[in-house]
Amino acid sequence: MKKNVVILIAEDNAGHFQLIKKNLWLSCVDSDIILFKDGQEVLDFLFKADTGVYLDDNKGYILLLDIRMPKVNGIEVLKKIKEDKELRKIPVIMLTTTSETNMVKQCYELGCSYYMVKPVNYHLFMQAVQNLGEFLSLEGMRLPFIKKGCA
Amino acid sequence: MNKETVILITENNPDHLELIKQGLRHAGLHNEILLFVNHGEILDFLFVKGDGPKRKPNTEYLLILNVDSNSIDGIQILEKIKQDNELKKIPVIILTDNDEQKTIEECNNLGCSTYIVKPTEKRDFEEIVQKLGCFLSVIEITSIK
Repeated sequence: MKKNVVILIAEDNAGHFQLIKKNLWLSCVDSDIILFKDGQEVLDFLFKADTGVYLDDNKGYILLLDIRMPKVNGIEVLKKIKEDKELRKIPVIMLTTTSETNMVKQCYELGCSYYMVKPVNYHLFMQAVQNLGEFLSLEGMRLPFIKKGCA
Repeated sequence: MNKETVILITENNPDHLELIKQGLRHAGLHNEILLFVNHGEILDFLFVKGDGPKRKPNTEYLLILNVDSNSIDGIQILEKIKQDNELKKIPVIILTDNDEQKTIEECNNLGCSTYIVKPTEKRDFEEIVQKLGCFLSVIEITSIK
């Protein structure tokens, strides 16, 4: 993955966020990471509501998206992103505790790139996130640039 | 993904195909792999047409698709898959020698899951596929009706 990549993480569980961040770091991910504590925060950022932080045209973005979150849940966030003709290019990886078959199906229907279930076991969780990190740091991975004018 | 997931590969370079298979195996994936050399064959397979092999119902699939620089076939396949209400649930990984930003934008716009440019070194190639395989082993895939 080229250097100018930003990993967006929408995660309301602070413990999970720390674990994800630490294990991405352990697998040599050196991208910027931005945390959003609920679905509304990530939508505000992407759709340029008045948050003070904006999408950078020269950077590639990947979103790791939890499903059960306050205010706006991950399914709604995924739907809004994939309905937008520019933002839809952002790869969205669902990262959630929910393993229901219907939820997996719905997310792929809506256009997520991958669906990952957080293992309950701590060590398996660490391993899974490290696998994700190694994948995100792949030399050949290429991301689109998002050109977002005023919403 | 579970061990019943079928990995579909379109790749017309035999050396690259061998490296992809090896990389996946080294990642511990022993899933069934179906190879398509001809781009028409993969569409017939997925859309259940023609005389060749056809997909089975209620099966999980994953596609590793090559998009050659000198042909638009790969992009058209991606487009057809992602326009179909059922087939669009299949994660499509583009593995290509095409490093043009325009093609990267196009494939992501059409809904590919990941766009990976093939490395020139053989050793790097296998390592990339192995890391891809390790990641694929921890994701969930949904079955296609």
